[in-house]
Order: sequence, then C-alpha cells, then structure tokens
Amino acid sequence: MNKILKVFSGSTLISLVAILLGLIVGAIVMLAGGYDPFLAYQSLFSQVFGNTYDFGETLREVTPLILTGFAFAFAARTGLFNIGGEGQFIIGMTAATVIGIKVHGLPVYIHAPLAVIAGGLFGGLWAAIVGYLKAKRGVNEVITSIMLNWIALYLANFIVRHFLLMEGKQRSENILPTASISFSWLSGLMNNARIHWGMLIAVLCAFFFYYFMWKTKQGYELRAVGNNPNAAQYAGMNVGRNVVKAMFISGIFAGLAGAFQILGVFQYQSVMSGSPGTGFDGIAVGLIGMNNPFGILLGAFLFGTLTYGSAGMSFGAGVPPELIRIVIGSIIFFIAAQGIVRWVIKPFYFKRKKEKVL
Amino acid sequence: MDWVTTLGQLINTTLVFSTALIFAALGGIFSERSGVTNLGLEGFMMFGAFASAVGTYYAEEAGMGAASPWIGMIAALVLGVITSLIHAVASITFKADQTISGIVINFLAAGATLYLVKLIFDGNGETPLLTEVFNKVSIPGLSKIPIIGEGLFHNYPTTYIAIILVFVGYYVLFKTPFGLRLRAVGEHPSAADTAGINVNRMRYIGVMISGGLAALGGATVTLTTTSTFAHNTISGQGYIAIAAMIFGKWNPLGAFGAAAFFGLSQAVRTYVTLFDWSKDIPQEFIYMLPYLLTIIVLVAAVGRSAAPSALGQPYDPSKR
Repeated sequence: MNKILKVFSGSTLISLVAILLGLIVGAIVMLAGGYDPFLAYQSLFSQVFGNTYDFGETLREVTPLILTGFAFAFAARTGLFNIGGEGQFIIGMTAATVIGIKVHGLPVYIHAPLAVIAGGLFGGLWAAIVGYLKAKRGVNEVITSIMLNWIALYLANFIVRHFLLMEGKQRSENILPTASISFSWLSGLMNNARIHWGMLIAVLCAFFFYYFMWKTKQGYELRAVGNNPNAAQYAGMNVGRNVVKAMFISGIFAGLAGAFQILGVFQYQSVMSGSPGTGFDGIAVGLIGMNNPFGILLGAFLFGTLTYGSAGMSFGAGVPPELIRIVIGSIIFFIAAQGIVRWVIKPFYFKRKKEKVL
Repeated sequence: MDWVTTLGQLINTTLVFSTALIFAALGGIFSERSGVTNLGLEGFMMFGAFASAVGTYYAEEAGMGAASPWIGMIAALVLGVITSLIHAVASITFKADQTISGIVINFLAAGATLYLVKLIFDGNGETPLLTEVFNKVSIPGLSKIPIIGEGLFHNYPTTYIAIILVFVGYYVLFKTPFGLRLRAVGEHPSAADTAGINVNRMRYIGVMISGGLAALGGATVTLTTTSTFAHNTISGQGYIAIAAMIFGKWNPLGAFGAAAFFGLSQAVRTYVTLFDWSKDIPQEFIYMLPYLLTIIVLVAAVGRSAAPSALGQPYDPSKR
C-alpha cells in the first residue's frame, strides 16, 4: 500500500503525466491547424526508429543535450541558475577545434583525448568566471552568464576567422584525423550515422554526477550550499568556494558537449551568426529530468527524439516542425506547475486507493 | 563627414536600437517589482513581433494605409497580455518555479510564432515584407536644433512613446498608491496582505503589464527595423532587456540608461569603421564591448544587486 502510494505520488508519475499532457497539447494545436495528429506522431516516431541511420543520428542529437542538461542541473543542485551553458558550449567547441587543428604529430590516443580535455577544461573555466564573480562580488549569475554567452560567441568567431579559417569559407579547416572521436565501427553498422565516443562518455558522466553529488563529502557540501547557504556557512562550509567549484564542474559538462560536436560530428567550426542553442536546450532537458542525472538521460532522449523526429512529422503530415517546441514547452510547463498535474491525476489516484482498501 | 552630423546621427541610431529594450526592460520591472521573476521577456517580445507583423499585414490588406502599424501595435499588446497569463497562472496560482515558467514562455513563443507563421503564410518561414511601417517623425522647430535636433527630435513614434513611458512608469511605480501596492507585494507580501492588499491580484497585474510592454518592444523591432517577422527577429534582445533591468536596479530611469547604453554600443558598430584610427579593430571585439563593459561596471560599481526581496517566491498565506 505504502509502496504504491509512494510510486503514484512520486515525481516519476508526474513527469510521465506531464509528457502525456504535452503530447496532448501538441495534438490539440495540430487539430486546430487542420493537421492529423495521429499521422504526425506516427511519422515522428517512424523517422526516429524507422532505420538504423536515423536512429544513430538521433543518438547523435541526444548526446550534447545530455551534457548541457547536466551543466544546468549540476549548478541547480547548488542553488545556481546556470543560463550560460550556451557560452560554455561554444568555448568548449573552440578549444577542441584549436587543439584539433593546431597540434600536430600526436598519435590518436593522445591527440583526441587532449582535445576533449581542452574542451571540457575551458568550458569549466568559462563558467568558473561566473562563479568567481558571484562568490567574490555578489554579481547575479544570471546576468553574467548571459553576457558571457555573447562574449563567447564573438570570441569564438574571432578565433576561427583569424587563426583557423579555411580560405574563402566562413568556417575553419577540418580537424586532423588524429583528433577525431568518431566511433567508426558502430558508425559503419549504422549506415554512417555520425556516432562518436562522446555518447559513451556522456552516459559515464551520469554516474559521475550521481556519485559525486550524493556519495562524496564535496557533493554533500554543494547540496548543502544549494539548500541553504546560510546554514552551510554556519556549519563551517566555504560557500564562495563551493559556488566556484559547482560552476566549474557544471561548465566542464557543457564544454565537453561542445568539444564532442566538433570532434565527433562536424570536424570543423563555422563562423556563427547566432547562438547554436544547445546550451539553452540543456536547460529544458535539465528541467524535464528534474535535475536528476538519470532523469536527464531520459529527458535528453525524449528531447532529442522529438527534435530529430520533427523533420519526419513535417514530411509525413505537413506539420511545421516548430510544433515540437510547443510540445516541449508544455511538458516543462506541466512539470513546473505540478499543481495542474496533481489535479489531473487526482481522480485516478483516489480510485486506485479505494480499490486497494476493498 | 563633420562631427556635428555624426554625433547627431549617433544619438539617433542609439535611440532606434534602445527603443525595444526600453519597452521590454520596463515590462520586466513591473513584473519583478511585484515579486514575479520574468525570464520570459524574450518570448513576450517574440509574441509581440509576430502579432505586430500579422496585424499590420492584415490591416494593410484591409486598406487601412498608414494606420496599419498602429493596428499591429495593438495586436502585439493584446497577444502579449494574453500570453502573459500563462506565466501568471503557472507562477502565481500554481506556485510553479518562476524562472522555469519564464523559460517555458520562451520555448512556447519560439514554437508557436513560427508554427502560426507557417500556417498562415503557406509554409513560409517569415511574414511577407510589410510596406506600411513606421516612419521617422520630425518635431517641428525642435528638430532644427544642432546635434540634439537630429538626435532626439527626428525619431520613430515608438521611440517617443518608449521615452514617455519611462517617465510614466517611474511616476506610477514611485508616486501613486498603485505603485506602492505593487512594490509592497514584491518586498513583503505578507505585510501587504495584512494591510488589505490582494497579493495575487497585484502580481497578476504586474505580469500582465510586463507581457504587454515586452510585446510592444518586440513590435517596434518588426515595425521600425526589420519590416518582417522571422525566427531571428528578436534573437536575444529579451535577455539583454533583463540585463538592462538588473543593471538599472529595477528602476525605470536606470533601465532607460542601461538600455541607452546597450543601444549606444550597438550604434557604435556602424561608426567605428568610418575612422582611420578605429577601422582596424576586429569587429568581433566591437560586438563584444557592451557585454564586457556590463560585467566590468557590475563588478566595479554596482556590486550586490537590489532586487525586490520577495522576488521569485510564490506567496503562501499559510506561512505568514
């Protein structure tokens, strides 16, 4: 009895109901626009699961989302709102590109890891600036991360344009083959879908996140600072140092995401006219996963599936792919406003309770 | 080029770039002064830019001529207020995390506006180019003054409205009973409740004003700068408006100053290439400048922020 109650009042059920409600909102919007929602969702899922190439490409889409989701969630657990995943992602990309192009003569087992590490490290340092300014000067982390997102964008463009440019193109040279992290064996199995080792590292990061946050003393301190900075301070914890540390680790995740996109997917970096958006999508993923590492794996899979599948929805049922943003927005809305979800599932919940009593 | 003309034009361009930010930052202030964080300004600006484009387009089709952009402005205001209710219901009535609710608005706006544009205009990703948009209006007499005349008194009607609203906003917030109530529910909701103020109602009003103003800001981008609505029409200006609001310490006059600062640094981009001494600076650094300066100013001078003390906290009467 208690177990059942626990499962059905727990956050898992709320997430599932929120996802269902989000899909229903999407269906209603499609009906209002004169489209066939059944055909649309069917085409969405057949786009993703229809053949191995598309499934591989979906996994490729999911990988950076897992990591930017961690970037948001890790900071959130320490009470920080990291809206700067975008900038950290861009800096990670750029660091990996620089190492991938400029460092010569290394074997693949040194060059590729070096580029990955550089991406993560610089992403972390970029985020640490935010943490440092918050800890030392009390500057609101939201505003500094927003500013640093823009600075990162222009800095990256400057570096690509002045040091790495492929002649006559608005993009860098290709990275050296030794820096590539393509997973050629699996890629070959999946009709050359751009699968790379980053996917594996992203999943390992979930275990790291979980272990660090819930099984170590440092993780305990971070969570204590997040729950109540005053109490943490009173208990003798250095709040400022924890803020910097949380931002640093958070930025490493986003930086890795950026590095993987270059080293595993594109093999070069473009001059960007605007932000790529992966960092912002990470916020949504973090929220859908309720800032839990394993929830985020599922959240990123959901987000990636919907995004990649939206192209199929567009071919198969003529629905503009932007509809998927409405679905994702609604899912987050229902997760945030849990009162609505509780109200929706209340009738079922009571029925179950009565059945059990009888 | 003589410097008098250049300076006048620089002031003018600054105001053109600032206008949308002024509207949106002012909107943000009304919401946050009432205690509701509003990270959805970007989304409200998108809704406004979209509604103004569609509203103006249909007004043009209906033969309304020069009145069309005003219809667009009204459409933006209405859609902004309506969509702000999503944020209000979630964050006030259902006590959802206000930051998250704001992010939801940005997601919904990005999806809904483009979905509707494609639905209305046969799958096109942007609205048709509008012919009836705002033109600059010279104020007779005053526009003849050197520098200032060119700079201040030869502008879009929306810019005049934005500047007037800054002072109206200041007056309303700090000199009227309504403003006092609005600030009270943002600073100390339980005390305000005890004094007989309906906390949730004040917050709804704050959020609705916020959505309406931010949408007007989005509309000015469409109706003065781009003449069309597409996915990149707003691209980050809502986030800059949030920065302007924080930078201006949640005060309309301060936010006006901050918005003008962002406008100026955008305007400078155009002029920096004109001089010998400055034309070799890589453009990326000029683009970066406003954001770098904001951080430096925040670190050096502003320090700890002066946010309303109940900002971000849903009001729960039982915890009084």
